[in-house]
Amino acid sequence: MPIPENARKYWRENIKYLTILLIIWFAVSFGCGILFKDFLNRYSLGGFKLGFWFAQQGSIYVFVILIFVYIRLMNKLDKKYGYNEK
Amino acid sequence: MDVQIWTWLLVGVSFALYFGIAIWARAGSTKEFYVAGGGVSPLANGMATAADWMSAASFISMAGIISFAGYDGSVFLMGWTGGYVLLALLLAPYLRKFGKFTVPDFIGDRYYSNTARTVAVICALIVSFTYVAGQMRGVGIVFSQFLQVEITTGVIIGMAVVLVFAFLGGMKGITYTQVAQYCVLIFAFMVPAIFISIQMTGNIIPQIGMGGRVEDGTYLLQKLDNLHTQLGFKEYTEGTKSTWDVFAITLALMAGTAGLPHVIVRFFTVPNVKDARKSAGWALLLIAILYTTAPAVSVFARTNLIETVSNQEYSSLPEWFKNWENMGLIAWSDKNEDGKIQYVNGEATTGKPEFTDARGANGERIISNASSETNELYVDRDIMVLANPEIAQLPAWVIALVAAGGLAAALSTAAGLLLVISTSVSHDLIKKQLKPDISDNGELLAARISIFVAVVVAGLFGIYPPGFVAAVVALAFGLAAASFFPAIVLGIFDKRMNRQGAISGMIVGIILMLFYMIRFKTGLIGVLDPLPPSEWWFGTSPEGFGTVAMTVNVVISVIVSRLTPAPPEDVQDIVENIRIPSGAGEAHDH
Repeated sequence: MPIPENARKYWRENIKYLTILLIIWFAVSFGCGILFKDFLNRYSLGGFKLGFWFAQQGSIYVFVILIFVYIRLMNKLDKKYGYNEK
Repeated sequence: MDVQIWTWLLVGVSFALYFGIAIWARAGSTKEFYVAGGGVSPLANGMATAADWMSAASFISMAGIISFAGYDGSVFLMGWTGGYVLLALLLAPYLRKFGKFTVPDFIGDRYYSNTARTVAVICALIVSFTYVAGQMRGVGIVFSQFLQVEITTGVIIGMAVVLVFAFLGGMKGITYTQVAQYCVLIFAFMVPAIFISIQMTGNIIPQIGMGGRVEDGTYLLQKLDNLHTQLGFKEYTEGTKSTWDVFAITLALMAGTAGLPHVIVRFFTVPNVKDARKSAGWALLLIAILYTTAPAVSVFARTNLIETVSNQEYSSLPEWFKNWENMGLIAWSDKNEDGKIQYVNGEATTGKPEFTDARGANGERIISNASSETNELYVDRDIMVLANPEIAQLPAWVIALVAAGGLAAALSTAAGLLLVISTSVSHDLIKKQLKPDISDNGELLAARISIFVAVVVAGLFGIYPPGFVAAVVALAFGLAAASFFPAIVLGIFDKRMNRQGAISGMIVGIILMLFYMIRFKTGLIGVLDPLPPSEWWFGTSPEGFGTVAMTVNVVISVIVSRLTPAPPEDVQDIVENIRIPSGAGEAHDH
């Protein structure tokens, strides 16, 4: 069965969102919190060394924001392609 | 009122609440038993997921572990929260759209194979049992410490409680008790944290207090780093693990979190795809409250501990120190015979302290296995959260609250896991393979019998913990990462992925992980001793090896699938269908 054009486009945009969000996910945790921690630790945020802050606080805040951004983006996308429910 | 009366009161009231809910939310059909009827609101499901997720380990042990590990503890913080991003973006919406009861259901249908289903069931059972054994032990320890009963009695009480709400209500009962348990546990975690934050830094929000200044104007973390340096420890904000190992452990924990069957199954309980996404958001937000507070608690507790005990006369120490010493969770051996506590880097004892019945010159309990290192003090990591309110001299009701919270955390997780185990048996094995014509009531009965058996087995693990259990709990994540996670993600995102690829990937992944665990962590009793860290492959710890095994799983799955025929047309249609949120999707499903 051929895939409807609509579904194909929807999926392509979905993948684009996922890629961007997952790059941010990787950057704040594995990037700022682990790989570049020593470099970022030269800077500070209040009483925190920056790399340490990302590892124990910052990355978690960003994770929460990422999921809510994803929810918003997908709700819009659902509407745009007519897959919205209720 | 003293702590003991408060404890009975708070634990009693919270338990009465859980029982009330369990009776109110009885399950009448398999759909209610497995997925709570599929009508749970996103917020309620988020709370239940958070309670399901945050176990005794998160509540009691994590802050303590971080407190002793400093920066290295970040692996748990990032790993156990970052996994929800993967879950929300890569798994939850699609599995909800697929709309069956279990993870093996998805694997079995997507890979059009009962072999795949069986492999998935076995993986689910291995992962869930390693995890639940630790929980029952946790329940036993909390009961025994706060209600002053034997650990065995504690485990039995815990078994009875879990059985009532899981047996009666299935997923429905568990979901709504977990909502209540979330409220209890988060309140119990936050109250002492806020008190201590105000005490130490004058800031009401622990997350900010952690980066705040102490009385003399220096930053708290700076002060702790200085204390650490003076005592010969590595700075708190620096780690001792290699960058690669931190990376590997974090990734294994993230993928494992997203692949844990008892977490995934929660997303089958909401009405539609949109709600599945939303409840993943709620779940992470609610979890993040505890996970961003825990590192603050670690810093407060660590600083408090060092300041209270370091270089102090044993005889002048506060009551809590001696209480925990009597329970065997703190040990002190006056190696230089000055009557003061020398707390510096190094192991005070060889392994866990072994107490003799004798008392030393200062009234301390004598231990028989003191090491030759300078450090005189052994502190069990698990007491940091439990003892923190006492160390900070908080009121009795706060201390009692921590007991109620710890129990809520352990029981909610144990119940969720036991349900997955029973579902695997009654649904994936009996209904889908052995006896497909079983009636709904018959299946419900089978589910209840298997949950009973599972509780008894888990309880036995709790009472007679095989030596390897504690070591293995952390590895459940590696196992989930090495087996399920790639099979599910590839099943959704790679339409070309077929039966041969997924099965060979899962089998190689889990066997490789089990092999590494046994070789380097647990050994085989009487046959093989685990090898030391110097032998680790590329310096990868067993906890981090899940990342390697997962990568191998993916590579093998992809290669094998490309060398074998593509999946049949109707399976490719399933994939197309789950990629689209419900409603419109049904139109071109045949």
